Parts: sequence; C-alpha cells; structure tokens
Amino acid sequence: MLTIKNLHASIEGTPILKGINLEVKPGEVHAIMGPNGSGKSTLASVLAGREEYEVTEGEVSFKGKNLLELSPEDRAREGVFLAFQYPVEIPGVSSTNFLRTAVNQVREYRGLEALDAVKFLSIMKEKMKLVEIDQKLLSRSLNEGFSGGEKKRNEIFQMAMLEPTLSILDETDSGLDIDALRIVSNGVNQLKSSENATIVVTHYQRLLDYIVPDFVHVLYNGKIVKSGTKELALELEEKGYDWIKEEADAASV
Amino acid sequence: MSKDNQILEELTSKDYEHGWSVDMEVDEAATGLNENIIRWISAKKEEPQWLLDWRLKAFKTWLDMKEPEWANVTYPKIDLQGLKYYSAPKKSNKPKSLDEIDPELLQIYERLGISLNEQKKLQGIAVDAVLDSVSVGTTFKDTLSKMGIVFCSFSEAVKEHPELVKKYLGSVVPMTDNYYAALNSAVFSDGSFCYIPAGVRCPMELSTYFRINAANTGQFERTLIVAEEGSYVSYLEGCTAPQRDENQLHAAVVEIYAAKNSEVKYSTVQNWFPGDKNGKGGIYNFVTKRGICAGDFSKISWTQVETGSAVTWKYPSCILKGDNSIGEFYSVAVTNNYQQADTGTKMIHIGKNTKSRIVSKGISAGKSQNSYRGQVQVMKRATNARNFSQCDSLLMGDRCGAHTFPYIDIQNSSAKVEHEATTSKIGEDQLFYCNQRGIATEDAVALIVNGYAKEVLNQLPMEFAVEAQKLLALTLEGSVG
Ligand SMILES: Nc1ncnc2c1ncn2[C@@H]1O[C@H](COP(=O)(O)OP(=O)(O)OP(=O)(O)O)[C@@H](O)[C@H]1O
Ligand SMILES: [Mg+2]
Repeated sequence: MLTIKNLHASIEGTPILKGINLEVKPGEVHAIMGPNGSGKSTLASVLAGREEYEVTEGEVSFKGKNLLELSPEDRAREGVFLAFQYPVEIPGVSSTNFLRTAVNQVREYRGLEALDAVKFLSIMKEKMKLVEIDQKLLSRSLNEGFSGGEKKRNEIFQMAMLEPTLSILDETDSGLDIDALRIVSNGVNQLKSSENATIVVTHYQRLLDYIVPDFVHVLYNGKIVKSGTKELALELEEKGYDWIKEEADAASV
Repeated sequence: MSKDNQILEELTSKDYEHGWSVDMEVDEAATGLNENIIRWISAKKEEPQWLLDWRLKAFKTWLDMKEPEWANVTYPKIDLQGLKYYSAPKKSNKPKSLDEIDPELLQIYERLGISLNEQKKLQGIAVDAVLDSVSVGTTFKDTLSKMGIVFCSFSEAVKEHPELVKKYLGSVVPMTDNYYAALNSAVFSDGSFCYIPAGVRCPMELSTYFRINAANTGQFERTLIVAEEGSYVSYLEGCTAPQRDENQLHAAVVEIYAAKNSEVKYSTVQNWFPGDKNGKGGIYNFVTKRGICAGDFSKISWTQVETGSAVTWKYPSCILKGDNSIGEFYSVAVTNNYQQADTGTKMIHIGKNTKSRIVSKGISAGKSQNSYRGQVQVMKRATNARNFSQCDSLLMGDRCGAHTFPYIDIQNSSAKVEHEATTSKIGEDQLFYCNQRGIATEDAVALIVNGYAKEVLNQLPMEFAVEAQKLLALTLEGSVG
C-alpha cells in the first residue's frame, strides 16, 4: 500500500531525512520509534505533504500512485490521515462544522454524495462512542482551549470520521491519562481492518501494549537503522537507544 | 453549524457577481452641481418649500467646506461637476401598489435575489428597493401600517408624514456635520424612512436594498429611522452596483433616533463593486451613519460586513445621551486587491451608566489597506461609563496593510475603558491542518476567516449571515496559495 524508497528531505536547506526505506502492507501496524529530533515527525509531515519540506531524493508510492505528486488535500482524500503531534487551534470553527466540511470534501473526491446534517450527525454520534468523546467538546471551537489529552482524543475521533486507509499517529499517546490511553487505543484497534494500515510514532512501550505492532523501526539521524518485531520495542524500553546509536554510528563511518 | 458548508457549496465564481447593468430609459438631471440642479431635483420630487430651503442651506454650507483628508485612503480627486445628481428609471413613476411596478424593474431585483413580490414573502422580510436615485417599491406596507409602523421611501414620507420628517431630519447628523453629509443633505434623492410607534415591536426585519445602475451618477440616499418609546426594530441594508471602469460616488446618510427603552439594530452587508483586480473602477463609499440613544435605557446596535467598494470611509456612531443607554458596533471589513477601507466607530458617552461595546475584525489581503479608526469619548456627566473595544486584524500575505487608530477622550474619572487589539496572520499551520483533513485551501481560508469573524456574523439575522459568509469567502478567493 505504501512504499517509501530512499527518501531524502530537507527543511530550509538542512537535510533531515537521509534515505528512508519502508514498505507497509494492508492490515499491518508499524511502530516508529527513535530519539528526539531523529526525524519521526518530519517523515509524517513529508508523507502528508507539508510544503516547507523539500523532498530532494527518493520515491513514495501509495496505492500505486506517486504520493509526492499529490497536493496535501488530495493525499488526505486518497486516504492518508495524520494525527498531529501538536494539533492546531482554529478559533470560531466548531469541530463539528470543520469535520462536516472535511468529510464532504473527501466524499466528493471519492464520488460519493454529500452527507446532509442529519446523516452526518448520526454517523458522528456512532463514532463518538468509539473514543468516548463528549458532544460538548465538539461544539466548541476546534482544539481551542482543549487540554492536551482532549486534543489527542479529538484527532482519533477525526480519524474515525474520515475512515483513512493509512493512518499515521504521531505521539498520540503523549498527554493521554491512563484511562484515555486505553480508550483511544481501543478506538484505533476497532478501526483496524485488513484493508487499512497504521503507522504509530511513539516513545513508549505502554502504547504498544494496546496497539500491538507487526513491525518496529528505529529512526535515528534521518534513517531507519534497525527494524524488528514487537520484541524490539521491549528491548528499547529496557536498554535505551545508546546501543543502537553506537551500532549506527559505527556503520556510517 | 451548517452555515459554513452551505456557503462553501454555493461558492462558484471568483468575480464580482453583481457586475451587470441594465439599459433603461431614465429621467435624469443634467451633469454638474449648482443651485439650479438642487431646485430641479426638489421640483421633480414635488417637495415642500421647507425641504428645498433646507437643501439650499446645506448646499451653501457645503460650498465652504473642504474634502476631509485625514483618512488613511488615497484616491484621485473626484470631479463632482462631472457627475449627475439624479437618475430615476422612467417607468417607476409612483407605483401605487407593487402590481404597478414595471416588470423590468422587478426583474432587476429578482436577479439580485430580492423578491418584491409579496406572495413570495421573502422569509418575512419587508423590503424597500432603491434603484439609482429612487425607491421602486416597498413590500409588506399594509401589514406594517396596521401596527402603526411606517416603512416607505423617503420621498413618500416627505409627502405622507411631513411632520415626522421635519422633526427628525438632520437631528442626528446635522447638515453641517461633514463634507459628505452636507453634500448629501443638498442633493439626496431617496432612501428609506421607518417609524416605529411607542410600544410596538416590529414583527419582521425591515430591509432596504440599494442598487446603482446608471453610469456617472452619484448615489446619495438618506435613511431615517425613528424608534419611539419602548419599541424595537431590526433593519437591514444591502447594496450592489454594476462593474464599471470609472469610479462612482456614493455618499449616504443614515440617522437613527432611539427614544426611552427602545432598541434599534441596524445591519449592513455592503457589497458595492470593489474595482477589478488591478484597482480599476469601483465605488467610492463615503457614508455618515449615526444614531442617538436619546432616551434612558435605549440601545442602538450597528453591525456591518464591509466587503465591497474601492474606497470606504465610514464610521457608524452612537451618541449615548440617555442614562443607561447602550451602543454597540460589530464590524467585519474585508479588503482585497487594491481596496482601501478606513472604517470604525465613535461612541460618545453623555448619560450616566452608559455602555458601549466595539468589536472590529479587519481582514486584509492582496495589496489592500485596512484601517480601523475608533473614538471613545466620555463626557463629564457620564458617571460610570463603560467601554470595551476589541480590534483584531487578520493579514493574508505580506503586501497588505492593517492599521488601528484608537482615540480615547475621558472627562469623567469613574469611566472604565478597555481596549484590546491583536494582529495575526492566517497560519500556514492552520491551512495545512485543514488540507490534511481533505479541505481545499480556498475552502480552508473561508472556514478560518468565517471563524475569525464569527462574533460579528452572529449578530446578523440568519439570512443575512449566510449572504455575508458567502461574500467573505468570495472576496478572499485567490488570496492565498
Ligand atoms: N526549520 C528547521 N530548520 C532546521 N532544522 C529543523 C527545522 N525544523 C525542524 N528541524 C529539525 O529537524 C529534526 C527532526 O525533527 P522532528 O520533529 O522530525 O523530530 P522527531 O523525531 O519527531 O522528534 P520528537 O521525538 O522530539 O518528536 C530536529 O532536529 C529539528 O530540530
Ligand atoms: Mg515528533
């Protein structure tokens, strides 16, 4: 579904991604871990099409299409969803209104007719249960004054509404309390199917206890330096990144 | 919640959609401005002597006045002698009922989406339509008159209710007030008149729709609203003009009188032709709007959405004379391309415990200049006066400008005046967030801007709010990305 080949990207002339290779198939869950500043959010942003990042080398194909040629909105409409590490606030625009606009534009792209208010609200009600999000929160301005955890929960709620094929969750666990972590993870698991795939970016094993990955990758200095199964995450939890950094640094000299 | 979407769905074209004009036979004054022209206009309208005298006095005052230059706008000098001061569609001659209105005129309004046909009821809004210089028809007159409400064209009011017109005309905006008000007082052609008797709550929105059609004609309409004790009225004003290469002058005067315990809400969606993308053409809009809260506990609320005109010069104001009276000003002013807007308000606190609230949202795009100019004046007698002002500017791109000019003058130490101002840029982060959810950039801009202006748009009656949101989006199309 997603094939990344030798992806290099830089921002304002500074190279951040330095040759990423990754293959994600339908039904799979990939975890991406790695020290702060290693390029995890950058990878997510490049996949989502953020213009500040310049792709200097490499290819990305998504469902057979050249992803890098598509505008950010078309990538979203094709089914790429990014749960932001830092969701932005949009004053005066309710989450409900925002989502209805989004859902209907995605539907239009896919040749489906727009949902009227009644249908939209009933779908919303159903998806709200999935992440146990409060109606009150959704009638407020999007993310404005939301607590850190509320913002993250709202991201997953949006994911539920948009039904993406590829979801990239960037540190969705950070800021969630213990109960919220369980609830949100449950939501993500229920949205999983044999047709869609998930990339979870996280620092902690506790998320992976709930959302069990098929593969774990370690990103360091703009490259995937180690890949493994869920056991790799446990090993990292125990030993930290130093041994991986040493291995990688030794290999690159 | 569905307002935004409704707007987005309706968004189709980038150009000024009311830019058409219709060829019609007109009855018009000769070009130029002098005493004879004023006499001619007055005679044409069969006005009483006192009104002619009033006009002539205004004209004399005006001759000694200078065009104001303090506003933050630049435009070539307007050749006032090159304009015509009266133009009326020939066929509109005094329709006695709506059935007698020429179908051609009705068609113009149908095309603007305004039905003068009472059968259609227009969601319960009474409309007075003014084309060029004259009112072509007022709907719901009978329903309203049963309640004692007078809602008609200004000319008709002069004939039917001369005592009211005489009493209030110029009482809020004196003919000597400023250059454009004096000019308007001398040559005003028509407009709307509205009188709400004591204790009556006007059951529907009253609306005037102004349309300029003729070329080289100045439009000088005059609106007078009188709310007697304990009455309430909500009044709407909309405007469009054809797209022409040359600039056209529009200088209106609006006066509101609010007696004890009365409330007047005045909403405007101003969509005069703004000029093309290169700054050619467009309306010069120099308007004087003022209301007086004459009685205790009265309230006047101005809401404006300003999207059109090449140059806007406009400061709807409230004189808070009655004790405990309230003045409000809610404004969204959008400028794009080469538009210039200098707009704001004046709140003059005279009575005790008077309150005013100012919420101004400026949005600038393209190479436009957008200025807020606000004055809060607290007089000696105004114990416990309160003012809150919030002035926000939103910039799109880096070639436009936003300016804020607050003037505060306090002569009573018990006054509390708060002023907050912010300037922000439409965020790349916000746009990307919207894009990532599948929302196209143009629509994202509309969504963000409407969110930004929400506090003001919420003040508008529903039908107007929808139109206003649509206009905001249209005005800003193509301004990002
Ligand atoms: N405009 C910029 N100019 C130069 N470097 C930048 C710029 N923006 C981001 N970076 C750098 O890019 C690197 C990768 O950042 P990124 O946000 O992708 O890291 P991350 O792996 O997500 O880290 P974290 O775990 O802390 O979220 C960081 O070192 C960051 O400082
Ligand atoms: Mg990150």
